Amino acid sequence: MFLSRRRSSAPDVESLEQIKGGAEAAVPGAKIDIIPNPGPSQQSSLLIDNEHAAAVVKFLHDDPALRLDFCSNATGVDWLDRTVKKTVKVKRVIDGEEKEVDEAHEELVPGYLEAVYHLYSMTHKHGPVVIRMRTVDRAKGARLPSLTPSYRSAEFQEREIFDLYGIRFDGHPDLRRILMWDEFQDYPMRKDYREPDDYEYEPTPHDDVLAKAREHYAPRPYLDGAENITAQPQ
Amino acid sequence: MSGQIDEGLRSELQRQGIWVTSMQDLYNWGRRSSIWPLQFGLACCAIEMIATAASRYDLARFGGEIFRPSPRQADLMIVAGTVTKKMAPQIVRLYNQMPDPKYVISMGACAISGGPFKQGYNVLKGIDRYIPVDVYIPGCPPRPEALLHAFMELQRKIDGQKLTGDNRAEHLNPAQPSEFPVPAFGAHDLEPPANPDVFEPPKIERT
Repeated sequence: MFLSRRRSSAPDVESLEQIKGGAEAAVPGAKIDIIPNPGPSQQSSLLIDNEHAAAVVKFLHDDPALRLDFCSNATGVDWLDRTVKKTVKVKRVIDGEEKEVDEAHEELVPGYLEAVYHLYSMTHKHGPVVIRMRTVDRAKGARLPSLTPSYRSAEFQEREIFDLYGIRFDGHPDLRRILMWDEFQDYPMRKDYREPDDYEYEPTPHDDVLAKAREHYAPRPYLDGAENITAQPQ
Repeated sequence: MSGQIDEGLRSELQRQGIWVTSMQDLYNWGRRSSIWPLQFGLACCAIEMIATAASRYDLARFGGEIFRPSPRQADLMIVAGTVTKKMAPQIVRLYNQMPDPKYVISMGACAISGGPFKQGYNVLKGIDRYIPVDVYIPGCPPRPEALLHAFMELQRKIDGQKLTGDNRAEHLNPAQPSEFPVPAFGAHDLEPPANPDVFEPPKIERT
């Protein structure tokens, strides 16, 4: 028994370790990382490598102690390229003497798309176990294995992820757009998506909308934006 | 024509038990007393529309209770709710399939301008971008009384329509189009994003 039988009890990191151990033992070569979530929800998750995802999920589904037989939710996340500041201790020769110095340098973490699934067990009344998969990059043809063969309920949700984030799911039986029309080419939930400029009238613009409204209207410096507050008309 | 009957004479005759009317008044009275709306709803405004048609508010008092499931039998299109861009071509197509004379009520903030979803990528910023609208009802959603008020406004409009002359009703003018182009699904947006023959962006005085 990996998880407690309490109703809707999310596994803590310790039991995730057990699940990870069990899955890695059952699927040779599988590589699973635990992504901690220090927030109030404490919903840490398992990051599964794409190559063995289908087998690992089959294990989670079929293992008699886990029996995660219900996929309640599947969603996408878009992670842009980001730079992480790191301080590393480096040995340097200073004044003829070798010293350990803290050196800050920035590391570029390339962006990726992520699919997140919440798995529950109807049999044992436990869950959610949160699993994630990551694409290699944010390119248009980014791919992930589909979990629809294991969970029928993932079919429409993976279509939605495909529609809004552009992740292609290998092994999905019917991968088409589900919300937007078939001719649509963008992926609206990606962070670099720019929606069509199709509204002209904005009575009280602010922030992003203000920037957009400025493209349509002559500026009114005494009303728009604090930066122009000194430029009041005489 | 009603304009040719002396109002004083008419009321005098009425007092004597003689009711005089005109073809135009009779025709408009018949039309405004049996406005059949098209039976469709798009979002939460549709719930208010259903309430308006049901017994408490009772749209039947105004002759509008017969919601028709076919555009061929409908006089009035109540655009009740958010018009998504995916739905917009179907709305325009339904409007085109309605026979003249036809009227449109744009019900609620979404149908007027996109409402709370105005800045979204997937919502049409007002159905008046593609089809002409007769009455707008603000509200989110408007109460049934507001829809009844809009209905009465529409009846007032129908009552005032002329059958002949230069300023006769739009549907009697052969030059007036009764169908409007259906927008196509484009790669990034509907094409065109608005019909320039129908829609002109509001010019606001920014003072």
